[in-house]
Amino acid sequence: MADLLLIVQLAGRRVAFPASEVEAVVELEGLTAAPRSAAHVAGLSALRSRVLTVIDAVASLEFGRAGLGGLLEAIVVPSGGHTYALLVDAVEDVVEAAGPPAPVRAPAGPGWDRVALGMVDAGDDLLLLVDPHALIAGPNARAA
Amino acid sequence: MDDLINDFLAETRDLLQALGGVIVAWEAEPSDRARLDEIFRFVHTVKGNCGFFDLPRLQQLSHAAEDALADVRAGRRTPDATLVSAVLAVIDRIGELVQALETGEALASEDDEQLIAALSDRPAPPAVDAHGSGPAPEAKKAMRSIRLSVELLDRMMSGVSDAVLARNELARRLRDAPRDVAIEAAFERVSACIAEIRDAITRTRMQRIDNLFSALPRMVRDLSSDLGKQVRLQVDGGDVELDREMIEMIRDPLTHIVRNAIDHGIEPAEERRKAGKEGAGQLKVAARQAGNQILIELADDGRGIDGEALARQAVAAGLLSREAAELLTPSQKTALIFAPGVSTADEVTAISGRGVGMDVVRANIERIGGVVDIDSRTGQGVRLCIRVPLTLTIIPALTVSAGGQVFAIPRSAIEEILRARGGAARIDSVGEALVATIRGQRVPLVSLADLLGAGAGAAAEEGKIILLKPAGGGVYALSVDSVHDHEELVVKPAAPAVMAAGLYAGTTLADDGRPILLLDPSGIAQAAGLRETEAAPAQPAAEPAEAMPGRRDSMVLLFRDLDGRSRAVPVAVVERIEDVAAAAVRFSAGKLRASIGERILPLAGCAAPPPEGKLRILRLTDGTSEIAFAFAEVIDIRSLPIDLQPPPVPGEVAGVALIDGNQVELLDPYWLFASHGDAVAPSGEAPVCALPEGDPWIDNMLRPLIESLGYRIVAAGPGVEADILIASADSAAETEAFSGEVLRLRSRPELAGGNDNSIYRYDRAALLDALSRGMAKGSANG
Repeated sequence: MADLLLIVQLAGRRVAFPASEVEAVVELEGLTAAPRSAAHVAGLSALRSRVLTVIDAVASLEFGRAGLGGLLEAIVVPSGGHTYALLVDAVEDVVEAAGPPAPVRAPAGPGWDRVALGMVDAGDDLLLLVDPHALIAGPNARAA
Repeated sequence: MDDLINDFLAETRDLLQALGGVIVAWEAEPSDRARLDEIFRFVHTVKGNCGFFDLPRLQQLSHAAEDALADVRAGRRTPDATLVSAVLAVIDRIGELVQALETGEALASEDDEQLIAALSDRPAPPAVDAHGSGPAPEAKKAMRSIRLSVELLDRMMSGVSDAVLARNELARRLRDAPRDVAIEAAFERVSACIAEIRDAITRTRMQRIDNLFSALPRMVRDLSSDLGKQVRLQVDGGDVELDREMIEMIRDPLTHIVRNAIDHGIEPAEERRKAGKEGAGQLKVAARQAGNQILIELADDGRGIDGEALARQAVAAGLLSREAAELLTPSQKTALIFAPGVSTADEVTAISGRGVGMDVVRANIERIGGVVDIDSRTGQGVRLCIRVPLTLTIIPALTVSAGGQVFAIPRSAIEEILRARGGAARIDSVGEALVATIRGQRVPLVSLADLLGAGAGAAAEEGKIILLKPAGGGVYALSVDSVHDHEELVVKPAAPAVMAAGLYAGTTLADDGRPILLLDPSGIAQAAGLRETEAAPAQPAAEPAEAMPGRRDSMVLLFRDLDGRSRAVPVAVVERIEDVAAAAVRFSAGKLRASIGERILPLAGCAAPPPEGKLRILRLTDGTSEIAFAFAEVIDIRSLPIDLQPPPVPGEVAGVALIDGNQVELLDPYWLFASHGDAVAPSGEAPVCALPEGDPWIDNMLRPLIESLGYRIVAAGPGVEADILIASADSAAETEAFSGEVLRLRSRPELAGGNDNSIYRYDRAALLDALSRGMAKGSANG
């Protein structure tokens, strides 16, 4: 069975997440700030009776900060016993991967290198496959 | 029948566990009747139950112990070491038998007779070893029956949590909807039911950590006697409640750490004395709750962990390169104790060298979401701190807002809520820091909005002040913009990236479905850089003198009086600071008096009533009466200067001290109360106190205090007759010939040595206590 990929726009690029890791796609409004938390935590939100820790993927990639106005599109990813919402620019589609992920042989670029799982063939395009857990862990988790 | 036996076994096991501490206490003090009774009741209960269940061996043992103890109770026998050991051996055997019955093992019965013989008052063969026989009880895997599966309890718990959330949601919708009395009544009922179920389920899962701690005294006693060491155990916080399962998970790591501390940490008595320490080692075990975490702290005053040796071992074991080892900080080296295959023990001992290392301890604690921290000081001891989560809990909390955001504060940490403007609290800026004065008590003030950097909050003077007492820490005040509501919140752990802030204990959802962060009061104190002043130790010798400079009763309040002079008064006697209207101050009945509320207080510090406006006063108290002292402004709080220049004649000034290069007059509260306070008429025959002459401190400060208690003062000298004699601990006054009570006062807060029984002269409580003891003796003699 071919793996399903969730294709999103993230920090201005089209990337793919393994769909098996993603629980839902949601729109969030009005985050609760979590002062003095790690820099890539955008705040908190709630999904049904669960608290979501909202991750600013742009900050996690160390590209600056995402704008936090209006409706925010996010993908919900459970990780390490907690539930996270990863902010993305836009969610495009779910497609079947045409093959298993292959290693990227050139550097994917600063920021991306840490979160890249490889590249996948998603129908027409070759996309970077991103590890949502690495995005959640944030830039300071590299050493561990 | 089987169920009944199981219940009996479980009950006996619980009783035995609870009895652990009692037995040790009884051994130390065999004449202690209450303890004896408790042990007697235990064997009696066991005996009665055994007869019913037809368990002849248990019955025989408990019967023999009961007989022996009954003799002691009736005064036919005096409890001696042999008897105590014999009773302990029998109780141990009962424990082993109970365990054998549970696991279905057989237990040899040969030496039952021997144990029983040892109980009789005829000299028994000394073959019986009270606690060394056979393997230690911990060696066997004890079976702990759970009559309900924990998983089921978990499911019930999370079900109830969801029910609480659903109820909150429903409450919100009901508030928005048009009122309907019938629906509201039904909702109230549902609400009450949910609260009750939740209470019950929470209780089934929670257990006092005492269940874990009660086994420690016995274990420490056995271990230390096996190793020939003296260890004093101090257990604190046994009433902290913790999830049942969590207790089981901590049991082994805790046992292991205690073993390590006694085996490797605490030195033998002679080695300790050589190092200048008390012969008996100290082992402190304390639990406290901080937000939704439980902190268990284990501290010993042994030799500490040799970080260098650990680093060498780690290099030898190939865990670390030599270069990397050299770069480690001392605390990183200490933390190597958690690395697998590393141990400080040079040789494996029977006690803790069983192949279970600290790496297993850490792994076990981390498995339940906990953290272990270690702090070691060579020659001074090791402090281990275990933090484990309470997991899923519902805690009562207060919601507040600061900087436009809502937060929750656990209600258990809240002492009081005040309005900053209400006059109940005063806020001063001391340098960059804020200090709140609440009824004479000075506490550091933290602005929540500033601390969180969460937008500009209202100025501290505008909002509310919450007095917080984090478990184990000192009281401080937190200023918030507003206080909303008391709520019961389902708290779940926050994501690691959020917990990293160190300020939060978890997350929760408000009625409207928005997430709220639960603040961790001790984390806030830490983040704000508040220094913890340790609570006064129960035993005076237990803490070194380093905690002394912060003591409130050795602090003075620096202020400017109405004439512009800098003056100081001990903080301990200041009840509060208040403004009174000029009209409330009158010269009446020969004294200047101020009326405050319902009371009239003698007023000192000014010569005439002010013409108009307001007068600021310090309300001073000596515990029974109060006087007011007029002043212009508060300058600061400082520690009491040691070098006082006494004045030529006694008066309202006890002496002049140099603070920050300025001469400051220290007020003499004893004199103030003696001359301004309403005198207490002496009644009956006054007890006599002998005071040495010529010491200005005694003349000016102590004498009025002693006189106010109703003593008659005579000069100390050879052959003086008095109920109590006051002598200075610093000078070798002749006290040998004196027959009454001798009270030694020292001028420095620190004790001079282990057998120093003197009292620090500003330790008012101890002084009054000693003096009133002398008074009771005096009236008994007369």
